[in-house]
Amino acid sequence: MSAPKLPETLTAKDYASDQDVRWCPGCGDYAILKGVLKTLADLQVPREKTVFISGIGCAARFPYYVSTYGFHTIHGRAPTIATGAKLANPELDIWVVSGDGDALSIGGNHMLHILRRNPNMQILLFNNQIYGLTKGQYSPTSKVGTRSPSTPRGSVDSPVSAAQFALGANARFVARAIDTDQKHLPETLKRAHTHDGASFVEIFQNCIVYNDGVFSAFTERAHAADTQIHVEHGKPLIFGADRDKGLRLVPGTLDVEVVTIGDNGFTEKDVMFHDETNHWLAALLAAMEPPNFPVAVGVLYCDPATPYEANFPQNTPLGGSVTSNDDLNGMLRSGHTWTV
Amino acid sequence: MNVAPAVPRPQAPREELESVTVRFAGDSGDGMQLTGSQFTLATALAGNDLATFPDFPAEIRAPAGTTYGVSAFQVNFGAREIRTSGDAPDVLVAMNPAALKVNLDDMCTGGLIFVDTGAFTKRNLQKATFDDNPLEDSSLAKFRIMPIDMSAQTLGAVKPYGLSNKEALRCKNMWALGLVYWLYDRDIRPSADWLRQKFAARPELADANIAAMKAGHAFGETAEMPGEISAYTVPPAKIEPGEYRAVTGTEALAWGLVVGAHLADLKLVFCSYPITPASAVLHTLANLRQHGVVTFQAEDEIAAVGAAIGASFAGSIGVTSSSGPGIALKGEAIGLAIATELPLVVINSQRAGPSTGMPTKTEQSDLYQAVYGRNGDSPMSVMAARSPGDCFEVAVEAVRLSTKHMTPVMLLSDGYIANAAEPWRIPDVTGLRRFDRMFHKEIEGFHPFIRHPETLARPWAPPGVPGLEHRIGGLERDYDSGDVSYDPANHQRMTDVRAAKVELIGRDIPPQNVELGSDSGRLAIVGWGSTFGSINRAVENLIDAGLEVAHIHLRHIWPLPPNLHTLLDSYDKVLVPEMNSGQLRTVLRAEYLVPAHGLNKVTGQPFRISEIEEAARRLLED
Ligand SMILES: Cc1ncc(C[n+]2csc(CCOP(=O)(O)OP(=O)(O)O)c2C)c(N)n1
Ligand code: SF4
Repeated sequence: MSAPKLPETLTAKDYASDQDVRWCPGCGDYAILKGVLKTLADLQVPREKTVFISGIGCAARFPYYVSTYGFHTIHGRAPTIATGAKLANPELDIWVVSGDGDALSIGGNHMLHILRRNPNMQILLFNNQIYGLTKGQYSPTSKVGTRSPSTPRGSVDSPVSAAQFALGANARFVARAIDTDQKHLPETLKRAHTHDGASFVEIFQNCIVYNDGVFSAFTERAHAADTQIHVEHGKPLIFGADRDKGLRLVPGTLDVEVVTIGDNGFTEKDVMFHDETNHWLAALLAAMEPPNFPVAVGVLYCDPATPYEANFPQNTPLGGSVTSNDDLNGMLRSGHTWTV
Repeated sequence: MNVAPAVPRPQAPREELESVTVRFAGDSGDGMQLTGSQFTLATALAGNDLATFPDFPAEIRAPAGTTYGVSAFQVNFGAREIRTSGDAPDVLVAMNPAALKVNLDDMCTGGLIFVDTGAFTKRNLQKATFDDNPLEDSSLAKFRIMPIDMSAQTLGAVKPYGLSNKEALRCKNMWALGLVYWLYDRDIRPSADWLRQKFAARPELADANIAAMKAGHAFGETAEMPGEISAYTVPPAKIEPGEYRAVTGTEALAWGLVVGAHLADLKLVFCSYPITPASAVLHTLANLRQHGVVTFQAEDEIAAVGAAIGASFAGSIGVTSSSGPGIALKGEAIGLAIATELPLVVINSQRAGPSTGMPTKTEQSDLYQAVYGRNGDSPMSVMAARSPGDCFEVAVEAVRLSTKHMTPVMLLSDGYIANAAEPWRIPDVTGLRRFDRMFHKEIEGFHPFIRHPETLARPWAPPGVPGLEHRIGGLERDYDSGDVSYDPANHQRMTDVRAAKVELIGRDIPPQNVELGSDSGRLAIVGWGSTFGSINRAVENLIDAGLEVAHIHLRHIWPLPPNLHTLLDSYDKVLVPEMNSGQLRTVLRAEYLVPAHGLNKVTGQPFRISEIEEAARRLLED
């Protein structure tokens, strides 16, 4: 490989690697790849400083398809490797790519800790509510009753909500996006990239082979407008094809309800505004589920705190010992010494 | 008993000894580790060679007075070269009945035992499971017992400082230390200075402790000391000139990593999760941040090794450290580092037993784990440190081999080396050879798995350089392009080249030498790791006795030094003493088909010199 002469402006294509993409035809991962490549181009990120790090799973094949630096590691451990890379070189722009099994089963512990530590990087969780690569077993996000090769009579484990988990882990940026929404996905990813600290993005991804349509209740174009709510900071929490539905705090409670503007005397004034710095609200939004509620997508929570690497003792960018012979001779001679 | 007046009695001339082993033993709250390390320092300053063996209970605060709460610190020192912490103590200081009970069996016949009679209460005797007071029957007849009410002596000595009774009694260990200082003619000043520093915020505690120490010393000098106990002197040892300090294996290891990283001009990123006895390396390095060291306490061992690998990928030298159970968790990630051919240093401070085993006791039973303990054909370089000071050199070498050959290196230490201390000649960092800078720069023809023709190492190209963007991962990759490949012939080729690469390290290391004895003959005793001292002294004794024995000690366990096979073939017999059930022996048998014999011990205690001598003699008689 020789250094290709790059045009001034890189296009999404310039961020794609020369490898054949090998997901099943129709897999939601293609759409996410497209959205990420577009994001990288929109941001014009320097390829040499960008690193994609993943665990194992269909989703985790992602780094092979991006022409930046990349590391396809082991199941569930991408957050640990990303943390180490950041410890070594805080200037790297790191994207962690993970599936729901990868991030929340085997890697649940690491996901918890990377979020609470808050290094500046983007963490993408491709949630398809199933194990793809190992052929369709239920995952920690699968609904109770999911029939799979390992749960022929339906799973009994209660699912974890990725966004609620992230909020509980003290993540300072939690967002949601949908694989096929090519307008909204790059926007959300750009917000994640701008955020200084760990940004957690759950992306609903359709596994066409093992869990086709699991999110169709809110992703189908026909009724998406009524079943999704795109939250935006400072804007009213209104949705619906006719923009006539809103979220209201039930007076005297900490409960949210859906109201129809114009019905029962509800007006726009009754509808809450989205405040992405409000942790309580984020938790309420993250918990909303069909059929009674729309699924909240967009930036549910963003309240920056000092990123992890700001506290590193030595911020040398790339390798390089920062100590001298004299310093080290001093270290070896600290305390009691004697001469023979 | 009254406080002894400091009137010197006419002293018999001090008897000169070549070497002595002293053990301080008491309740874990009695400060025996501090006492021992102060005695170590004073002894080093007096010019003796020495080795120490701290032995502490597994419980953080075991109930006072119980046998499982006994903490001990042994120092072997001499006018000659000291290689072990000593077989059987010549002197025991027992601060309570439990300490006497636990340590009695180790004492040599005729050994001198100081006991604090003040602690020999009915309750303490019961707790130590003595039926009768051993000081009052003949059960201790084969030892020289010196019963002293150290508690009362101490209380008397520190009275002027207005401490509470509890605080005053805490000074007992310094009283005992003072007494032993007298016994071996040690200068108490360094310990007094240390106490002043330690208790800078509470000068009355410093004064009280110093007074107790002086009182113990004075007790020895005065008529209070029975006539049959005389004082000794141990002349300075012949030691190579230079600047010295005492080091534990933990300190030397930590410093070796820092210096190794410096010689490679790399930032050291050290990632670990607490586990006994490995944690101390993390603690030591956490205090060296001013030298550019980054330390990371991870959420578990898997995260620790993952972070170390991530650091190496990003252009630092990633180091991770643990003990056996934690190394077990790191296995999969080490495989990733092997597959992606990244540098990584993995330190295993071995401890006893499968599973959680005996955390505070020593063993060398992770050799199989180090050499074989991963999935797939995953060869890995394995090195072992032999002594506290040796940890420094081994750590530097581990960084060198790992970065030069782009491969993980496992460094085996153990609980004994980690905690033991010895005098160490401090190197001058300026004089150490720097390692070649290894980052790949050439864009033309780059792919992540092109190989260096001599080392077979792949290029190290950390993110940051335009034009070198590349992807690596655990999936098998094509030899010629570095792209993912499941091609059967390619997997064969890649497996072979990974093995060949690690084998090449065998040519980068010094050929195996013979420590003692000649390079052929009747018996070679082959050891590795912390058994060095016991084997070396045993072999010296055997040679002195006219037997044809040699000592070979391995630093490199994988790959084995290429000349080792021929070397072993030139002896009639091979004996492999190990603190395990025969792990190196199996490797040597498997590799060379040599009929190696084993001498194996897994009691959690180091080998005695005599055990090795006996085994060798038995083998020579056959
Ligand atoms: C240590 C280990 N355990 C198990 C596996 C097998 N495995 C590979 S991917 C996977 C699940 C992947 O599911 P998910 O993270 O949801 O990703 P998807 O394939 O659906 O994108 C499992 C169990 C493995 N590679 N390593
Ligand atoms: S199995 Fe599912 S997740 Fe995996 S590539 Fe196929 S469609 Fe995508």
